[in-house]
Amino acid sequence: MKLQKLTGAWIPVVSIIFGLLAGAIIMLLFGYNPLAGYIALWNGAFETPYFTGETIRLITPYILSGLAVAFAFRTGLLNIGVEGQVLVGWLASVWVGTEFSLPMAIHLPLAVIVAILAGGIWGFIPGYLKAKYQVHEVIITIMMNYIALYSVNAIIRNVLTDRDDRTENVAETASLKVSWLSDLMPNSNVHAGIILALVAALFYWYFIEKTKYGFELKAVGYNPHASQYAGMSVKRNIMLSMAISGGFAGLAGAMEGIGNFGYMTLNNGFTNIGFDGIAIALLGGNTAVGVVLAAGLFGVLKNGALNMPLSAGVPHELVDIITALIIFFVAASYMIILLRHKLIKLYTDFKNKSKKGGANK
Amino acid sequence: MDYVIEMLDIRKEFPGVVANNNINLQVKKGEIHALLGENGAGKSTLMNVLFGIYQPEKGQIRVQGKDVNITSPNIANDLGIGMVHQHFMLVDTFTVTENIVLGSEPKKGLKVNIEDAEKEVKRISDQYGLKVDPKALVRDISVGMQQRVEILKMLYRKADILILDEPTAVLTPQEIDELIQIMKSLVKEGKSIILITHKLNEIMSVADRCTVIRRGEGIETVDVSQSSTSELASMMVGRDVSFKTEKTEATPKEPVLEVNDLVVKDIRNVDMVRGLNLQVRKGEIVGIAGVDGNGQSELIEAITGLRKAESGKILLNNQSIMNLKPREIYNHGLSHIPQDRHKYGLVLDYPVAENMVLQTYYQKPFSSKWSLNFKEIYNHAKRLIQEYDVRTPSESTLARSLSGGNQQKAIIGREVDRSPDLLIAVQPTRGLDVGAIEFIHKKLIEERDKGRAVLLVSFELDEIMNLSDRIAVIYEGEIVADVKPHETNNDELGLLMAGSNKKEGEA
Ligand SMILES: Nc1ncnc2c1ncn2[C@@H]1O[C@H](COP(=O)(O)OP(=O)(O)O)[C@@H](O)[C@H]1O
Ligand SMILES: [Mg+2]
Repeated sequence: MKLQKLTGAWIPVVSIIFGLLAGAIIMLLFGYNPLAGYIALWNGAFETPYFTGETIRLITPYILSGLAVAFAFRTGLLNIGVEGQVLVGWLASVWVGTEFSLPMAIHLPLAVIVAILAGGIWGFIPGYLKAKYQVHEVIITIMMNYIALYSVNAIIRNVLTDRDDRTENVAETASLKVSWLSDLMPNSNVHAGIILALVAALFYWYFIEKTKYGFELKAVGYNPHASQYAGMSVKRNIMLSMAISGGFAGLAGAMEGIGNFGYMTLNNGFTNIGFDGIAIALLGGNTAVGVVLAAGLFGVLKNGALNMPLSAGVPHELVDIITALIIFFVAASYMIILLRHKLIKLYTDFKNKSKKGGANK
Repeated sequence: MDYVIEMLDIRKEFPGVVANNNINLQVKKGEIHALLGENGAGKSTLMNVLFGIYQPEKGQIRVQGKDVNITSPNIANDLGIGMVHQHFMLVDTFTVTENIVLGSEPKKGLKVNIEDAEKEVKRISDQYGLKVDPKALVRDISVGMQQRVEILKMLYRKADILILDEPTAVLTPQEIDELIQIMKSLVKEGKSIILITHKLNEIMSVADRCTVIRRGEGIETVDVSQSSTSELASMMVGRDVSFKTEKTEATPKEPVLEVNDLVVKDIRNVDMVRGLNLQVRKGEIVGIAGVDGNGQSELIEAITGLRKAESGKILLNNQSIMNLKPREIYNHGLSHIPQDRHKYGLVLDYPVAENMVLQTYYQKPFSSKWSLNFKEIYNHAKRLIQEYDVRTPSESTLARSLSGGNQQKAIIGREVDRSPDLLIAVQPTRGLDVGAIEFIHKKLIEERDKGRAVLLVSFELDEIMNLSDRIAVIYEGEIVADVKPHETNNDELGLLMAGSNKKEGEA
């Protein structure tokens, strides 16, 4: 009967284990040593302070883009536009960081806030169109991604620089790089954004679970008809949810803009931070804790992967396959639930049989 | 005495509830055996135990006199037991025959031999007068037909003991009559049927014997011919049930709701309410009688702010509430028990407690400036659960897992507790058992006696006749008659509802 009590939380864990096993099988098939491969992966993520710093640096925007997708999802909205909102937030933070000269106490918060606002507005637009004209948010957000990509490039080229493909570095007063973190993990690009990301996760949890606004947003997500009946404004909540979701994404962009890079270059394609956010939200079950853990996993896998070709000779594409497999297993978690039922059944059958056997003797 | 099925001393627990406690059920060969109980009494659970879906904690099952251990539906099948679940288990895009053979496909080499199966399905269908087309797609046939497909599925698998879980809940009156004929022809051919229901008149018309369970306890098994509806009802509910609701003469006072010349369009932009006039006063229940689709929904949606009104006037306590937002209208003193409790009444994935503050969560004491005050929300729920006899394992149980009657009681508790001036109840007892119906009727009358105005919409004439102090007949978007229940009868109302009297338009 204990088996039945195990629910929800363990499914991602089992998915990950299955994904790792599947990855091991593939490594074996291609003639690599899976143990060496996974050790290289682990070392690549944590062996030296430098590696650890880089891993944390990678996790930071993932937490935020995962929260962005998850937030909209709790209101029943699919925000595929996190990618574009990240770009817009990135640009906004770099703009504030390069164009103003202010004391740090104002400059840094200003860059962060403007990035959040920029992402928020970019998320609000599809929310508004959905609420007012019932256009599906997936279509608009995908379009908004392209608009963001090309407009941001145009602004870098024509507004922030004179036909250059890279902006100036942001002023030190607007940078998230702090010496105590950099000293702890020398040469890495780790920055104080991780603290902001964790605070954002805390905010997410509080807002969704504890506030009356979160109550409304979730109610609209579960049942818009009943929400309307109850006197909530479905339209207002859709717009609010998309705006806040975009705000998280904008903050993710700031992590790159004034944290990791300290500048912005022209982008040929998407950063994938936003798209990975979809998988992270899914893996994390759209909860704050889940998203932080899932982002951690993504960061570790992606950063550790860089070490696999060097130390174990395994092509790093393989890690992409492993992450894909893990997501596959989560998406197909119903299979695991099924397996669980089978196990429970076997167990009860076994128990019944053994009871019977005892009685017969 | 030979029984085809004996379930002895069955006990089945779920976390927090004992669904079946020492229940006995003995079914004779060739009989229709009714299993009667309120929603949530444990009927489906008992049958799922018999069908091998659940394993009982305790008890013994005998089929044809032999001790058996039914650990899966396959074993039940092999023992000749078939079950039609409350919710059908058919694949929409498959044909009738494909659905029937699913899981035991007749093979010809590696290929499924569908022609032979179709012939067999046709043969069985003819034998019992089921009139099912073996080649039709399931999504194209009516709910009543789908149910027959489920019955055919059991017969195809050679079941002799047929379990039907609330088969009539989804059927129209004609389909119910036909199903009754089918059941009679099945027992004539030697099948035995266990019929789950909470409708007493069905039991009286088809069942030979009836086992009553109440809150998971087996109460008694009786010969239907030796019993009566009122005896069965009181066994089922555990006390005497009055089918005629007791109430005193109404003493209506000043008007609370006034509707004048109201025009409302539906989504197709067709006028559904056409210059309607209606008045509901303090201390009276006004029942709106009418055939579904004559503007009832649009009228209620306009009053409650869920739909825009085109023209006219809606006054609540002498203040216009026309085209205000639902929340503003609630704050003017309205409560609304909606027609569709799943679509409108509840957020099924929220706990019972949070559903009980669905309109008021943002107000004190349930909320401070930002955050919800869960302690108050849960205390509030505890009180309502007690006062309105909502049977739920706890306040934090999801609304989804409550039975229909208890979901409705939760809604009624929430709406009545706000002490509205006007209480609108739309089909408040649809699909509920007699115990719950009686409870809800009593509550509505209590509200009237406290001086509230009650507007009742129902498609069931008995409910309208029983509860209303005044009946307003709606026909094609207008109130065409205003009658007192004791001055009219079902026949006259039926004629009025069909539009035979389009002259008095005032209510
Ligand atoms: N799978 C389940 N898990 C937990 N509780 C259940 C489950 N199925 C039924 N129950 C509970 O058991 C009781 C009996 O339910 P059920 O057998 O469905 O009643 P009925 O069919 O008579 O309406 C109810 O309190 C219900 O909430
Ligand atoms: Mg049932």
